[in-house]
Amino acid sequence: MTDPGLARALLTDMIRVRRMEEKCAEMYSAGKIRGFLHLYVGEEAVAAGSLRVLGPQDAVIATYREHAHALLRGIPMAKIMAEMFGKQEGCSGGRGGSMHLFDASRRFYGGNAIVAGGLPTAAGLAFADAQLKRNQVSACYFGDGAIAEGVFHETMNMAELWKLPVLFCCENNRYAMGTSIDRELSDVDLVVLAESYRVPSASTDGMDVLACHDAMQQAVEHVRTNGGPFFLEFKTYRFRPHSMFDPELYREKAEVEKWREHDPITTFTERCLTEGLLSAEDLAAIEQAVAAEVADAVAYAEAGTLASVDDLTRDVMTPTAAKALS
Amino acid sequence: MKANYRGAVHDAIAEAMRADERVVLLGEDVGRYGGTYAVSKGLLEEFGPDRIRDTPISELGFVGIGIGAALNGLRPIVEIMTVNFSLLALDQIVNTAAPLRHMSNGQFSVPLVIRMATGAGRQLAAQHSHSLENWYAHIPGITVLAPATVADAYGMLRTALSNPDPVIIFEHVGLYNTSTDLDALEPTDIARAASRRNGTDATLITYGGSLPKVLDAAEQLAQTGIDCEVIDLRVLRPLDDATILESVRKTHRAVIVDEGWRTGSLAAEVSARIVEGAFYDLDAPIARVCTVEVPIPYAKHLEQAALPQPDTIVAAVRGLFGDDQRAGAERPGVEER
Repeated sequence: MTDPGLARALLTDMIRVRRMEEKCAEMYSAGKIRGFLHLYVGEEAVAAGSLRVLGPQDAVIATYREHAHALLRGIPMAKIMAEMFGKQEGCSGGRGGSMHLFDASRRFYGGNAIVAGGLPTAAGLAFADAQLKRNQVSACYFGDGAIAEGVFHETMNMAELWKLPVLFCCENNRYAMGTSIDRELSDVDLVVLAESYRVPSASTDGMDVLACHDAMQQAVEHVRTNGGPFFLEFKTYRFRPHSMFDPELYREKAEVEKWREHDPITTFTERCLTEGLLSAEDLAAIEQAVAAEVADAVAYAEAGTLASVDDLTRDVMTPTAAKALS
Repeated sequence: MKANYRGAVHDAIAEAMRADERVVLLGEDVGRYGGTYAVSKGLLEEFGPDRIRDTPISELGFVGIGIGAALNGLRPIVEIMTVNFSLLALDQIVNTAAPLRHMSNGQFSVPLVIRMATGAGRQLAAQHSHSLENWYAHIPGITVLAPATVADAYGMLRTALSNPDPVIIFEHVGLYNTSTDLDALEPTDIARAASRRNGTDATLITYGGSLPKVLDAAEQLAQTGIDCEVIDLRVLRPLDDATILESVRKTHRAVIVDEGWRTGSLAAEVSARIVEGAFYDLDAPIARVCTVEVPIPYAKHLEQAALPQPDTIVAAVRGLFGDDQRAGAERPGVEER
């Protein structure tokens, strides 16, 4: 039996991500957000189900499609929205934008926009934890596209060879940008691939938030108990284009529609109502609260200020070092 | 005491590891093998396999692991066998280590030291001999060092390990066996160029493995009455403009000697800065002595012909004084190449 409190939390998290990103798309069309904007719509169950399993002592690193991870790791929505607006009140001071959200206080290491770029960093975070004998987990989120990068092979090999406490969270949304997984990988069974490195692994339904939560609990437990790596595949789907510039020539509308039937928010909402975990009033209250949070975030971002151009070169290097070199 | 370059790097690593538990060494064959250039010989026995970590041949992966470890409380030294192999790790260095502090608005610094061998002269041919220091010196966010002396081999590494941001150290393969008499090895600055010879007639600017050749050339020139100042850049990023310009303003002539290829070289950058900052102090055009623009060949005579040499440096300097023996007139690799 699902705990009503957990159900409410998971649903709320997914709705917060969805509504925030819908607003991002709107703000993009309005010209408030520029550059690349990669939306997570359809994949919310993965971040919502998994991130809450981690503790504050653990580390998280994600990709350029990381709004959900940033938000659910605890960065205030207003700070994320301000970042996308390019304001200095943003969580990266307006220097990172959509793809480079950071928060040191929450051990959120970004926002790495090089496909697979975060993998060795995560292994390195875990390397330090192992070396310093800290029982912490470093979770690395990446897509199926990252599997084809050479550094995936290098990192999986070293993570297992050195028994690093790193949790590889593969968000398999079936597309490496516009190239479907069967056109990019010789074997689409990612668990088989992971186990070829002897990395313990599992696969779960990334459209089912409870499944994601359960699988993540087991994966985190494994890493904490055994100290070595774990590979967890979330089978999911991206409903919207790769970015705001993507005309989606590479997939059929019917395919998207078919996946939309598994929308993690609508399916979980129905389940909550059917099982009596939440009432219609509860749902309305969640939506209302999230709408207010989104409105506040936009207002905060709008009211934000632009960083002074005088500070353009600040923090290229640490000030003490820069001073010594001047 | 007599100290050599290889031993100085070894001692810097060993003493840093004794002083600070957070210091670890990662790289290909740094442990049981003792280091490709025998720099880390004996460290495995003293510090054990956790801190002297032999890695697979995975440059991109272990540099990235060094970055993550640096972000999370360690002080890693990552050894890359040679600069050519560092190209496999460029993504992590250029896209993660270098910009992380700025793009995170100062939240994350990467106190990582990457050491690598560089340069030609050992007949290792076109995939083990290049000088790509300028590639790294192009990148904001990293400090690039080229210790050319035994004292700097020790001192710059020690100081680099207390730097809060990424540092890349280039150790020229021709220097490992050089030795000198020193009272003691101690930390040195990682900010300034250094004058290695005082002179009044021309400034010779160089770094790394070319320094001994330039000092040799300066001695030859002194015997013919041309008194050269020799500036060792030491720090390739950020460049110490003040020391360079001060010398050029005194001597009014500048020759830059760079084992990198001339096109897009550090020599080009230094030359531009002299033109920007001391144009009206110059009595002659700036000259450059760089490696001939070919992949470094294996055969000894061809390899040596490709590299800056004392005689090509002498010729370039003499050319600034209206000597008939114009720089580059005698051999390729100088001037118009």
